[in-house]
Amino acid sequence: MKAGQHRGMRSSLARVRGLGSAKEGVVHWWAQRVTAIALVPLSVWLAGNFVALAGAKHEAVVAWIASPVGTVLMLLSIAAIFHHAQLGLQVVIEDYVHGEGLKLAALLAVKGLAILLATIAGLAVLSISLGA
Amino acid sequence: MAQFTLPANSKVKPGKSWPAVAKAKRPKTFAVYRWEPDSGENPRLDRYEIDLAACGPMVLDAIIKIKNEVDSTLAFRRSCREGICGSCAMNIDGTNTLACLKPIDEVKGEVRIYPLPHMPVVKDLVPDLAVPYAQYTSIKPWLRADSPPPPDRERRQSPEERAKLDGLWECILCFCCSTSCPSYWWNGDRYLGPAILLQAYRWIAETRDETTGERLDELEDPFRLYRCHTIMNCTKTCPKGLNPAKAIAEVKKLLVARR
Repeated sequence: MKAGQHRGMRSSLARVRGLGSAKEGVVHWWAQRVTAIALVPLSVWLAGNFVALAGAKHEAVVAWIASPVGTVLMLLSIAAIFHHAQLGLQVVIEDYVHGEGLKLAALLAVKGLAILLATIAGLAVLSISLGA
Repeated sequence: MAQFTLPANSKVKPGKSWPAVAKAKRPKTFAVYRWEPDSGENPRLDRYEIDLAACGPMVLDAIIKIKNEVDSTLAFRRSCREGICGSCAMNIDGTNTLACLKPIDEVKGEVRIYPLPHMPVVKDLVPDLAVPYAQYTSIKPWLRADSPPPPDRERRQSPEERAKLDGLWECILCFCCSTSCPSYWWNGDRYLGPAILLQAYRWIAETRDETTGERLDELEDPFRLYRCHTIMNCTKTCPKGLNPAKAIAEVKKLLVARR
């Protein structure tokens, strides 16, 4: 309960029941866990290759990304990273942003940015591996 | 946005001091949050020096002694004085607990006593619990079944089925857990909080209840349930040694299991 907030004359029970249960949230919660688990091996693979390729020639890095395993795991990493980041930031915004308008704008901005960056990153990997 | 500082009219100012009588053998200072709704003044911290040689062992004993012998204007709730009614829940030495179960000797230095955090205050140590009580009503905390009970006996439950309620039925609804939870602080109008979610799970785990699915439907909501981020303050603070965080995790598991 925020101080100074106008509570009106509705009963506490009416306010608590509010608009009812949204009957969603389990998909979000489950996806956050699944992407987190997927990111354990993916980030080990990614970090390992970054270390191994440190100081390598441009051709070596391109060849690594263009290899079938490199392309697929890179695309999966991009999908998991941006999906997981978007889900996490959504929770932070829902926790702390209480104005409905600002909350909606922030949620859309985060989601839009995640899709934009993930698509650009994915296309970059594909263009290397398909030789475009 | 969430409020991270107290509004100007809620900032706590230094208050009056009540020194112990000169012949006190074991003086101990209790710093107590005081606020009167009618005065228009900010809350203040009054200091009472109590002789522990002439006082019971628990913090509640000291508070009752203050009200009886030093300052009768102090307001607080208490009833059973043995940890079963949940009335004397308050923030002592920085932790939510029951004053009747908190030994004074466990607190080093002065004993700081505040009302349960982030609830509207009625007066002094008395918080307004209308919202959590309404949230408790909203989960329908009673047995709901369409099958009639057997005509000659009560509804039956095996010892194993009954054991599922252990760690849940002991909750006395003191709200130490809910008011220790940052998620409940920021979103207490929509998030049900650990106390109510533990109670909701008590009826979900109840094998004689026939509305488990409806109960899960009512909880599946980004705010009612999923504001829980496993911070674990609830389990850490529970004066009855219960584990609300585990009860919430069980609810989340059941929601995945029924997909």
